[in-house]
Amino acid sequence: MEGSLNMVGYGLAAIGPGVGVGLIFAAYIQGVARQPEAQGRLQTIAILGFALAEALAIIGIALAFVL
Amino acid sequence: MIFATYAMPRLSEPGAEETFAPPGPSDFELAPLGPSSEYELFGQVFPLGATKPMIQVVLAAAVVFVFFWAAARRRSMVPSRLQYVGETSYGFVRNSLGRDIIGSQDFMRFVPYLFALFFFILINNWFATIPFIQFPTMSRSGMVYGLAILSWLVYNAVGVKKHGLGGYLKLQTVPGGMKGPILLLLVPLEFMSNILVRPFTLALRLFANMFAGHLLLILFALGGEYLLLEGSTLVKPVGVIAWIMFILIAFLEILIQFLQAYVFVLLNAMYISGALSEEH
Repeated sequence: MEGSLNMVGYGLAAIGPGVGVGLIFAAYIQGVARQPEAQGRLQTIAILGFALAEALAIIGIALAFVL
Repeated sequence: MIFATYAMPRLSEPGAEETFAPPGPSDFELAPLGPSSEYELFGQVFPLGATKPMIQVVLAAAVVFVFFWAAARRRSMVPSRLQYVGETSYGFVRNSLGRDIIGSQDFMRFVPYLFALFFFILINNWFATIPFIQFPTMSRSGMVYGLAILSWLVYNAVGVKKHGLGGYLKLQTVPGGMKGPILLLLVPLEFMSNILVRPFTLALRLFANMFAGHLLLILFALGGEYLLLEGSTLVKPVGVIAWIMFILIAFLEILIQFLQAYVFVLLNAMYISGALSEEH
């Protein structure tokens, strides 16, 4: 089997952040659905949570190339 | 699209005219302009002369300074368009990043730092989209680690000045006044996570986002060109699709560049606010 173990590692590492980002935005959508006035306040928290969860996936793809 | 991939010839088979060399980290090392001699310092070899990211960093600082100086030069009660843009941008950082996160008591001390940091990182990130520049300076990790070290110094110095060294360490490592033997496990974990690891995650998030985005764009461009020129007739449309994806992802990258600058400064503000907070 040819290929690079780096990319297999990245693929496995991307499962966690994928699920995490989905959970964050599911909570955001539910919160806005219950109380539409809270959209502005919740949006800041959603963006922050998204960036924190996405960081691990991005570290994965960057290190898959670099290492 | 799936059918096309089954029909695609293996790109490294010996029948191909030239094999496709996928882009990698070596595409990020740009040759320096100026004299090609080198000098050695601390065991590392440095070239004399400026590389493109070095020029971009200075250019970004100059652009930010000149824009806001020009916007604030003639202050009138009814603002002109330039003044309005300058005021809105400043207000965005001051209110949503300064006042809402650090609190209305002592946020004004930090607004110059957050404001300059936000627009410096934003312009540097947007250099990846501006034609003829098209290289994100934050994809060179050295640039980012400098900013991360500065941010680490700022939030630690602020905390130590307010609480004293022992009080500040206690604030960061002992959450919510817990007592007992669990502290033995908790204190090293919180120390590592709050004081040691934070600058690394901060830097790595920005660096990896810019690196991966730029690499993706290079891959779509080079891969599309290779498929278009070297592929068989069945494969050529995939090259065109790769170029369309290149354009679409370039637009996505504009959003990601803004978002990463925003998140960097947001986390900076949250760390400062955490260092300033009172005991629970």
